[in-house]
Formats: sequence, C-alpha cells, structure tokens
Amino acid sequence: MSHFRTELRQRAEELVALYPRKRSAMLPLLHLAQEQDGYLSDEGIAEVAALTGTTPADVRGTASFYDMFHLEPVGKYVVGICTNIACLLAGGEEMLDHASATLGCAVGSTSADGLFTLEETECLADCNLAPCVQVNHRYVRTTTPEAFDGMIEDLRGGRLDHDVPSHGTLIRVRRSGGLRADRGEVVAERAEAQAAREARAAKETK
Amino acid sequence: MTDVTRTTVSITVNGRVIEARPGELLIEAAERAGTFIPRFCYHPRMESVGNCRMCLVEVEGPRGATLQPACYLKVNDGMNVDTESEKVKKAQDGVLEFLLANHPLDCPVCDKGGECPLQDQTLAHGSGETRFIEEKRHFVKPVEIGELVLLDRERCIQCSRCTRFASEVAGDAQIAFAGRGDLIEVASSPTQPFDSVFSGNTVQICPVGALTAKPYRFTARPWDLEQVESTCTTCAVGCRVAVQSSGNRLTRVLGIDSDPVNHGWLCDKGRFTLDAIDGNEAAVDVLEASTRITEPLVRRNGTLTPVSWGEALATAATLLRGASSTPNGVGAIGGAALTNEGAFAWERFVRGVLGSENLDAQYGDGLDAALLQALPKATIDEAASARTVVTLAGDLREELPILFLRLRESAVQRGNSLVELSFGPSALRSVASVSLSVRPGEAHLVAQALATANAGALQVPAFADSELAEACRLVGEDGEGVVFVVGRPNLAEDAAVVESAVRILAERYPQAKFLPALRRSNVIGALDMGLAPSLAPGRGFDASLNGRGTLAQLDALVSGEQKAVLLLGGCLLGNVADIEQAKAALDASDVVVVTGHGGATLAYADVVLPAVVQHERTGTVTNIEGRVSAVNAKLSAPGSAWPDVAIAAELAEEFGQNLGLASVEDAAKAIEETTGYPALSVLQDSSSDGAVVGRPASSASRRPLDPMAFPGIRSIDMVGLGSRSGTTEAFNVAPTPLRVGASLAQVSAGRGVTVPLADNYSWRLLVSRRLYDRGTAMQGSPALLGLVGATTLRLNHLDLDRLGVSSGDVVSVTGARGTMQLPVTLDDALARGVGEIAFGTLSEAGDDAVRMLIDHASVVTQVRLETR
Amino acid sequence: MATLDAPRIVSSRASFEDSHTLTRYLATGGYDALRKALSMFPEDVAAEVDEASLLGRGGAGFPAGRKWSMLRKSPVSYLVVNGDESEPATFKDHFLVERDPHQLVEGIIIAAYALQVSQAFLFLRGEFALGLERVQQAVNDAYEHGALGRKIFGSSFSLDIVVHPGAGAYICGEETALIEALEGKRGFPRIKPPFFPAVTGLYGEPTVVNNVETMANLPWIISNGGAAFAALGGGRSTGTRLFALAGRVKNPGVYEIEMVKNTFRDLIYDPALGGGIIDDKELKAIIPGGVSAPWFGPDLLDLPLGQDEVAEKGSMLGSGSIVVMDETTCVVRATWRITKFFSRESCGQCTPCREGSGWLERVLYRLEHGGGRAEDIDLLLDLSDNIAPGLTWPPQQTTICVLGPSIPSSIHSAISMFRDDFVAHVQHGGCPHD
Ligand SMILES: Cc1cc2nc3c(=O)[nH]c(=O)nc-3n(C[C@H](O)[C@H](O)[C@H](O)COP(=O)(O)O)c2cc1C
Ligand code: SF4
Ligand code: FES
Repeated sequence: MSHFRTELRQRAEELVALYPRKRSAMLPLLHLAQEQDGYLSDEGIAEVAALTGTTPADVRGTASFYDMFHLEPVGKYVVGICTNIACLLAGGEEMLDHASATLGCAVGSTSADGLFTLEETECLADCNLAPCVQVNHRYVRTTTPEAFDGMIEDLRGGRLDHDVPSHGTLIRVRRSGGLRADRGEVVAERAEAQAAREARAAKETK
Repeated sequence: MTDVTRTTVSITVNGRVIEARPGELLIEAAERAGTFIPRFCYHPRMESVGNCRMCLVEVEGPRGATLQPACYLKVNDGMNVDTESEKVKKAQDGVLEFLLANHPLDCPVCDKGGECPLQDQTLAHGSGETRFIEEKRHFVKPVEIGELVLLDRERCIQCSRCTRFASEVAGDAQIAFAGRGDLIEVASSPTQPFDSVFSGNTVQICPVGALTAKPYRFTARPWDLEQVESTCTTCAVGCRVAVQSSGNRLTRVLGIDSDPVNHGWLCDKGRFTLDAIDGNEAAVDVLEASTRITEPLVRRNGTLTPVSWGEALATAATLLRGASSTPNGVGAIGGAALTNEGAFAWERFVRGVLGSENLDAQYGDGLDAALLQALPKATIDEAASARTVVTLAGDLREELPILFLRLRESAVQRGNSLVELSFGPSALRSVASVSLSVRPGEAHLVAQALATANAGALQVPAFADSELAEACRLVGEDGEGVVFVVGRPNLAEDAAVVESAVRILAERYPQAKFLPALRRSNVIGALDMGLAPSLAPGRGFDASLNGRGTLAQLDALVSGEQKAVLLLGGCLLGNVADIEQAKAALDASDVVVVTGHGGATLAYADVVLPAVVQHERTGTVTNIEGRVSAVNAKLSAPGSAWPDVAIAAELAEEFGQNLGLASVEDAAKAIEETTGYPALSVLQDSSSDGAVVGRPASSASRRPLDPMAFPGIRSIDMVGLGSRSGTTEAFNVAPTPLRVGASLAQVSAGRGVTVPLADNYSWRLLVSRRLYDRGTAMQGSPALLGLVGATTLRLNHLDLDRLGVSSGDVVSVTGARGTMQLPVTLDDALARGVGEIAFGTLSEAGDDAVRMLIDHASVVTQVRLETR
Repeated sequence: MATLDAPRIVSSRASFEDSHTLTRYLATGGYDALRKALSMFPEDVAAEVDEASLLGRGGAGFPAGRKWSMLRKSPVSYLVVNGDESEPATFKDHFLVERDPHQLVEGIIIAAYALQVSQAFLFLRGEFALGLERVQQAVNDAYEHGALGRKIFGSSFSLDIVVHPGAGAYICGEETALIEALEGKRGFPRIKPPFFPAVTGLYGEPTVVNNVETMANLPWIISNGGAAFAALGGGRSTGTRLFALAGRVKNPGVYEIEMVKNTFRDLIYDPALGGGIIDDKELKAIIPGGVSAPWFGPDLLDLPLGQDEVAEKGSMLGSGSIVVMDETTCVVRATWRITKFFSRESCGQCTPCREGSGWLERVLYRLEHGGGRAEDIDLLLDLSDNIAPGLTWPPQQTTICVLGPSIPSSIHSAISMFRDDFVAHVQHGGCPHD
C-alpha cells in the first residue's frame, strides 16, 4: 500500500524515472511527501526510502540536513522572516519580534490556532525588499509591520489562497515534456552528427 | 595512473627520505616509517573521508606548502611532507581544541575513559586549559539507538566512523547523520532501530565514549581488565578476538584486526554472548541451556544427581562397555564445539577404546565430510578477491556473518562478481551480479544448468535464461579465478541434493576452488580430527572407515541396533531438524553426555560429565578455510568441569587403556606428530593468525595492533600467551607431511536424488538459519535473547495473492506431524511455491514449527496452506 | 558618473510584465541564438564563449570557456547549472529565474550543445517557489516549441533538462555539495582532489557546473559574438555583470552594469543606481562580494568593479553582491549575524568549521549582548586563524571546502578596521548602539 495518494504516487514514480539513479529523486520526493502531509511523517519517510532504495534512517538523516523539511507537524502557513545582513540593516529583527507578537507564538513554534509557524530564516535572496518575508516559500513582500499584519489577515481570510498554497506545496507546474529517448541512441546520434559536420567542413575547405 | 613497474616511491617526511608504496595513504606510509600522525576519523578498514581534520600536515606543492589531510592524500614520488612544523602544530592543536570545546568533561564516568583515543591525544597534544567559556552543547543522554547500543550525543565528535561502518561495511544504513552544522548528530529512525547484527563494531571503533554497548556499560574500568587473544568459536569463521575479564568474570570481547580473517570486525552474537559462559553458574535447572554444568551427574531413581568424578566415569564406562559388547552397539554424536585437541582425544577414545566407527560431529544438517575434504579449497582471502564468487549457501549474514562482510566488500569495494544460487532471503542479494533462484530439491538441477548453460534439466526454472547466461559468463570456461562457497541452505531437504550439486560443479569447473560454509563453531576441526565416518584424524580419508553418521545412528538407536550413544555436547535436541525422532532415539538408549551447558537433551541423559567451554580452555580450532588458530583460557572453569582431553583420557583409563594424552599440549603434539596437521606449533605461537592446513606458512608479518582504529585492546604485549610458551617449549614437533585427503573420484558418488514432483496444492518448505536463534549461546545471553524473532512463514507475493492473504495474516500450515497456525510475511526473495521458516525459533504461541512440519523421510518437505 | 551605455545583456526583458513567457521571449528574439548555435560546430560555440572571456558568475570567477575546454578532451556526461543562490545579500539569480526563465533555458541548451551533453540538471534553490514554477513552465514550453527534447529544431542534437529543487541549505551552492544533493544525499562538500567536478562529478562522471547568470549570458554572446562581449568591460573582466546592491542605500536592487568601467562609488551613489546612502549618512564599510568576502572601507570606493582589481586589494567580487553599511551600523552586530549564518550553514563535516563557527558566534553574541571580555577580541582572531591559517587572502584552510575559511573574513575585517568598536562593546558591557 502506498502512503502517497494515487496522483502523488504517480508523480513520485515520474520523478524517480527522471534520474539516472533513483536516489537522486530524494529531494523532490521529500517535497512531494511534504506536499501531501504538510511535514515529513514516518509513513512518508518510509515511502521515500522505498522509492529511493534507501533506509528510513538515511532518508530522515538526509531530510534533516535541509531547512525546508519539517520532521514535526507545522502550521498551514510557515512564515519565514530573514534577519541576515541586508535585512538586519533594514529592521529584520524588529520585524521578527513584531511577527511573534502578532501571531502570538515564539520563533520556531506554531500559533495556538495551528495556522502559523514562525521561523527566522537566513537570506532569502530578495534583499531589495528588506526585511524579507516568505510564507510557504512565497515572497509576500511586506516590509512594514502594518503590511505584515494585513497580509496575515488576508491569509486568514483566504484571500491569498492562489499565491500561497498550503505548506509543502512547492511546484504546482507539472513537468510535461521529456527527452524520452534511449541514452545510447542519443549518444550514437551525437557521434554521427559530429562526423557529418566534419565531413561537411572538410568539403567546404577543399 | 601510477607507474606499474615501480613498486616503491620515495617521499620525504620531516627531512627524512622514506620508501612508500605507490598510491599508499600518507598517514600509513608515515606511520610505517615511525612517524605517527594524529587522527580520529581515519580508519584503515574504511574509505577515508578526511573530515575530522586532525591529521593535517604540510605538503609542498605548486603553491607552496599547504595543509593537507594525511589520511586522504596518496603519496607520490618526491612528495615533501612536514608533520612537525609550527603551522602543523597550530592546526592540529586548533582541531583538538575545537573538538574538546563541546566535549563533556566526564572521563571519570565514561566507559571509554582509560582507552579513549581522544583522551590519549589530548594528553599527548592538548594544552591542558580551555579557552571555551560558553555553555556546552546539551542533548538528552544517552539514547538507545538499538537493542544493544546506546548513544551519548554530547560525547560524539562527528568522525562518522559508525555511520560509515553501518552503510559502507555492513550495508545496514540504519544509523545516519541527522541535522547540520554543530547540531549534527548520529540518529536511527524511530521506525527502524539500529538492529544490524554488526552493531557492536560501531561501539568498538568509536574513538570516544559516544557509543556504548549495553551489555558492557559500567561493568568495568579498562585498567582492571586482563585479556588474552583467542579465536571466536561462535561460528566457523574463526574471528580473532581479545577476550577480557575482570577477575573471573568475562567483561568484553573485542575484534582483533587480523588480515586473513575478520579485519577487526565481529558479529554481535560473537561479541555479546558472554553471559552464557560465566553468568549462569548459579542456575540450577539442568534442562535449561543457560545453566552451566559444574559437577558430574548420574541418573538415580530418575533424577540426575551430583556425584564424584570417579563414580560418574565408572558409570559412564559401564554403560558404554555394555553397549559395545553388541557389534556396532555404540557411537558418538557431536563434537563441533570442541577444540581440535578435545576432538582428537574423543576420536581416539571412540575408535581406539570403544572400537566404534559410528561418530559424527555434524547433526545431519551439514554436508558429507569426505566430499568436503575432497574439494580443492579456497581461503577466505581467495574468496574475497576471486574474480567471481558463487554462493550455494544459506544467508551468509545469518550463518557466517564475517564471511558475509568479506564477500560484500569484495563485491562492493573491489567490484568482483557475485553469483548467488539463491534459496531464500539473503543479505548478499543486493550486491549480487546475478541471483539464480533455486527451489527446494532442485539445487542439483540448477547446478546442472550452470554446468551446461542450459536450464533444460529444470521443469520450470525459477530464473530467466538471460540470468543463467550471465551467471555462466561470470563463471567462465573452467572456473579459473572462481570460488564456490558451499553450505547447507535448507535443513528440510536431504543433504544429497546440495552434495550432488557440489559434485556437479566441482567436476565441471576443475579450476575452481571451494570454501565450505558450514557454520557450527569448530565443525571443520572436529571433522579433520576424524569425528566423521570415513575420516581419520588429520585430513585422512579411508573408505573402509565406514560407520554411521548422526542420522543413521539415530535410526539405529530407535530400531535398537545401537544401544548407547556418547553425546559430545549437550545440545542434540536443539540442533537436529527432526526432534521427535531424536527424542525417540535417546529414549531407547543409554546416553552419556559430555557438556558445559544444560539443555533439553539432558532429560534423556544417564551420565553427564561437565566440560570446560570457550574462554576457559586452551587449544586449537580450525575455521572454514582450514585455518588452525589458538583459543586461550581467560577464566578458570566453574566447579569441577574438566577439559575434554582429560575427560576422554580418564574415561579410557576406566577401560584400562592409556590414550597417552596427559594434557592439551600432549594432544596437540600427538596431532601434529602423527598427522602433520598444525596444532602444537600454533598453540606455541598463540597470538598469531594461525596456519592454514596444507598450505605453506605465511611469511607476511602480522598487522600491528592499531589502538586508534580498534581502541580497547590494550597493547600487543598484553595479548596472547607469551608467558605460556615456557611450558610448551619442551615439545619439539618433528615435521610430518600432511596426509593426502580424499580425491573427488574416491569419494562415493552419494545417493541419487529423486525429488517428488511439485503439486499445485502444496508448498515446498525451506528451513533456513538465523544468527539469532534459540541455541545455547543465545539462551544464556539475556542481552540477545530478546532479539530472536518469532517464527513466520515467508512467501512470495504471488503466493500471498493466490492465498488471498497479506503480510501479518495467519494461515494454517499442515505438515508431516499435524497442523499449526503461522503468520505470513511477504518475501520476494523466495521462488513461487516455496515457504520459508527459520530454524531455532518459536511461533508466538511457543510452538516449534520445524518439529511440526518437517518430513524427515522425504527428500523435500511439502506443506499445505489454508486460510482460516 | 557611472558608465551606463553598455547594452543590457541579461536584463533586457526584465521591464516587461510578461517577461517570463514564451510569447514575450519569442517576440524579443528568443531562441534565435540557439538556432544559430545549432548551425555551428559545437567547438565553435565553445570558442565564442572562450573569446568572450566570460568569467563564471557563481563566485569563483573561473572563465567558462576555459572550464569547458579543459573538459572537452574527454566527453562530458552532465551539465549542472547552479541556481542555489544563498550567499547573503545575493539576489541576482533570483531575478534571472523569475524574470527571464527562457533566457536561462536557452543558455543551458547552448552550453549543452557546446559540451555535447544530452542531460542537464538545473539545481534551483528550494525557496524560489515562484522561480521553480516559472522555470518548469519555461522548460515545458521549450519542449513544446521544439527547443528542447528530441532533435532540437530538427537538428540531430537532443537534450533533456531536469529542474531539481533544493531544500534549504546554503552549502549546496558549493559545487560538490550541490552534486551530492543532486545524488539525493546530505549536501556534504566532497573532499579534494579531484579539484573539479570536471573529473569526477555527478555519479562519478565528468560534469560541468556553471552558475545561472553564466548561462544567461550565452544567448547574447552567440547572437553578437564573443568579441562583442569581450569589447565590453576591461582586463579579464569582460562584459556586464549583475550586481545585487543591498543594505543602507536608497535604491537597493539588481543592476546590470559594465564591469571595470564602473566603480563601487558609481554603483552606490549614481542616482540611476544605488542613489546614495539612506538619509545621506556616512558610509562605514562595504562588503564587496557576498559575506564570504573581506570588507572594504570608504577609501576603496573608487576601485573599479573588476575581478582582478578587487582581488588585488585583498577581497573578491564573488557572487556580485554589495552590502553597504553606514555610520548607524553596529559592526559587531553585523559580524555576529554573519557568523551566526555560517554557524547555521556549516555542513558539519570539518571540525574547525563546525565547532569554530559555533564558538565564534557565541563569543560575538556575548560581545554584542553583554558579557564580552577584553581577551575575546584576540580569541576571535586566534580561533579564526585556526580555521584560515595566517588570515591571508585568498585564504589558506584547515577545512574541506572554502565555507570554513570564509567565516573569518568578516571577523578579521571588522576587528582590523573597527577594533575600537569591539573595545567599546567590552567596556560598555554590550552594544553601545542599543
Ligand atoms: C560555500 C559556497 C557557496 C557557493 N554558493 C554558490 C551559489 O549559491 N551559486 C553559485 O552559482 N555558485 C556558488 N558557489 C560557487 C560554486 O562552487 C561554483 O564555483 C560555481 O557554481 C561555478 O559556476 P561558474 O563557474 O559559472 O561561476 C559557492 C561556493 C562555495 C564555496
Ligand atoms: S568547511 Fe564547513 S561547510 Fe565546508 S565541508 Fe567543512 S564543515 Fe562543511
Ligand atoms: S581528517 Fe584525517 S584522520 Fe580525520
């Protein structure tokens, strides 16, 4: 029995097929497991271990290296606020304190209603709009405390549902194309083409 | 590429020119030349990762001298290295200071205190004062990452030795680094504990006290320990070990890095089954395998009663003499747990005193000893470097764990090919080039297919033609460079099936070599000492020595043709496949048991003679490759237990005969002098890697003890029996040529095999071995006994579908003796139509499935399955 | 005054609302360069790039053409494009993937053709959710358009691009860590040698790793010729470059300007660019190339924005990020925050980096928040020296990768330039700015 829903299981298998070695699909598969459960559940980890031919300890260990993966349940919205250098110079720490007050939860924890998890992040590469705030890895670009509070209200009211899907949903565009060719065939073609080009060049120089 | 014609290169270390092997690691080359470079993560038995940075040295390069990790850098000609410069010293001191920054100062209570590489290197290099005034890192401590291993994350220095061992060496990535940066920690999964059968190795190689073994934790301080070097006799690989005790209490067994055998590794069964030896003297129930037998016992009015040695020997002699008055009326079973000297003494007793040819160290679960002797032999090293290894054996990780590690390394690290004749679940499958699936009763047909590149002999092969073709390609024309590892994969199948397969392969591939995969401790030594029909001591084959093997003796005891049996070891009932028949046999006869432990068999004993067991005795043993090595006593035996040599000699005296074996040394001398089989010479050099029977002595010097790689083994001076040589010096063994063993042609062709056709309504039974079974060693070790799994019936998914059940569901299984309920487990390593159960396990309800289901009379066992 | 007459090489479409769509891309000459490249010899495509002298834009500044030609002797198996952009205050690749994903895709196809590889991976920082969607859409569109996949534009060249999301770990920007992550493992940088993934890269096979911006330059170079690119800029620093300007400036943002012809002062003060310091305060220091780079004081404002020019003064242009600190900035706080970043992002393999970063961070925290001791200042320098012996530039290292020796950059710079500020923190028992 697959822990992934049918549609996600299909996507998971497509992902594995994209890579020369199945373990390479680890990060995309973990994102997928997180898309389904909001965090990495034991069942999700077991499924990823099976799909990649690894062990649960290995998957868990790998996942825990990366900040975007959560091994414990988190809120529907993970709010990340950067306090790194550019944001520090633009009031990132103050913004983080403000967010903590607004959401009523400490940094690293989840609000009482279970909707929001607040995180202090490293640089999010949007420093021209510092301090930088992301919700579920979508830039919300609210650089003032007032704008932040308005954004939180909009999230609560469902007004940002299109821009900010639930936590875990990373890429909503599904890969549609693909090479779908035998690698050997492609390599052979490449060699042939090179030979043809050379022959042509030789003729031209004559 | 290095210049292949050069065998050495010159490098300069601290201004001194030294020779090194091309491609050798700098840390190794320097050490051989006497320059020790500090290290933590480096381990000579694993790939270098260079992450602790302790081994930084200055190496001259195109951009001037730079700091490079000596554990990762390979030497090349002309390399100029400074290991003592100011810059090096500062870098190394810096690394040490960083390592200690967050390390707790709990050495006085730490298990590793006194034998800790971090402590040692701190004393050697550390500044003695700390500049770190911050709060140290805190973790909950310790956490149980597996049944046997505890982790104290505060002590961990992130060297990754344990995680690399688990994934790289053992192939069990059940522990891995979690987290990042200074929060990085070793972790197992909450859903899958670190239950690798090799878990104890991680404790041994941990360079700090982060990993500790539950059974050893807090039992001793290193400076209280005494040790001897010995050979593990838990299975027949014969790993070299340091056996440590505190007073007369065994505390710990550590693996010694022996090049030809175990590379320092041990399995957890070998490492942790110690309580069985010294932990249960107090137990009194002689029917419990965990009980030590400490005094002679004679059955009086139906109860075993303690008596003097004199009385016990006299009673035993009376019983045996009575039975031997009938022609062929007596015999001996067992002996694989003995030393070679013990086995030799009993062979002298049975053949020489009792005049019986009925003797067999195997319990009907091995292979024809004469056939084994006739095969051209491979060493473990040869198997582990063979171009292609073909296994025709059970799951080697379960049966001969360290052989599994060696073969796995060969496939994974050296890229050699592995062809598996696969009977069922096997840990080697994932690294095998080809697995040819074999159903019970068909091994000889698969061998035929491999010999002819044609699967025609099989009605329905359980593998594809392409797989067979690939296997044949890997084996090649005449088997040159190929080693066959042959064992007894199925206890519910007549040995003749596999023996016939072995014969076919040996005849077809004359250049191939064979490595026996018999698992019981010193079984090879016992057979070599003549505890087998047709074999005389010292690899002598004599077709005229034609006695009964174990199964034939049991038959003869049941029928009354044989009157009495001498059991060399008390675990007959725990080892035969058909327990009911064995009980009937013992019921019908006089039974004399020589044993160190109790067990169910003693319910049938008339006389019980207490013998010393491993770690209490001195002698030699022979492993699967024919390597004879020494075992040494670390403890004195409890009560009045005697060495087997003494028991056999004294019993002979009761018959008025003198075996001429007054001591173990006498026996060793007699073996070597009369047969040329290495014995006394090995005993006298008991801290060596031993000698392989029939091979010239190795001239390679022994690998020196490396306390950084295998901490805990105190120092080479403490190892071995240097002090004992005084007592043995008097002996000088005249070189005697080893006898020529049997040739393949001489050995009888064996019984023909006719396997009943498979029918559509039954499943063929595979009874395979697990490392953790309910055998004597495990029964006496509470730490491990909990790891024995309950019996389940494993089936292929097609069979599950056919039955309409899934993993965990219970089915009714009907066999030769009735019907029982067993849960099923999915295992696609099994061929369709085959059901597997593990020997030596019990079902949840406490039933022994093997006893219930096995069909002793048939070549294969068939069972019927029904869903409730 | 800044020199702003150079063509926009990688940011020409950015001002369009629909700059990320295939429609806009095709309307602005998109995929013409690819068609041109496909009509050329792969070696000639590589030769154009070599002639352009395009320096890698990921940080190390190694010439792309040289990297490829080192490799083309033995066949390359994979092209891996580095879009992990996580160096603090660097946000130019973010700009490129969101605003002009097709340009990036086209660049990748051109590079793959020059290298004759049929499999490319684009590793994008996981936090770029929108960028990931846009690039995946662009890849899908390119397949549809025939610019990717089997027999591209009817030629005999085939290519697959897999968009691979990262998951939040700065170290995966280091090329060997990136490869490990691409193999599905923890992002542990690989030990060297081999020094380049070129020898043993992805799956142990020869692999070229290039930055996103490096790729984005290729369509223009092929369309206009390497010589045209080389004619811009100066010295080894040819062409234009995206600079991410952040910190205490009036107009932080990404600016494409010609290299060498412009100086730090131009970038920071030109009204068309940074527009000067907020509230017209005094400039205190700049971090010229990401937080791994040693700092410059106001005395170096007139240094040209060129790789060698900056290197000569003991720092680097690195990732093209420039952070401006002014008189209101507490350098102890800045240094502490940067060190905290490294401590959080150290992969944890090497003892000096793992333990050193955490220790340094805690000492700096004490200095900033109270509890600093006079001896802490020299302790900081000595611990730094144990990670980067000699505290030289370019640094020596006791670690596997260069994250380790990057840690001391800001500490060493700040203490060298503003020791008094540190002393003041000790004396004040915390931050005097608070
Ligand atoms: C710690 C560290 C982080 C790095 N981060 C990035 C990064 O985010 N993006 C990038 O392109 N290169 C990064 N690099 C540089 C890459 O290792 C590599 O040199 C570069 O991707 C090569 O591309 P280029 O030659 O096109 O510049 C980083 C290097 C180090 C040591
Ligand atoms: S220097 Fe730091 S980031 Fe780089 S490999 Fe070592 S521990 Fe990891
Ligand atoms: S880095 Fe060489 S021993 Fe650890």
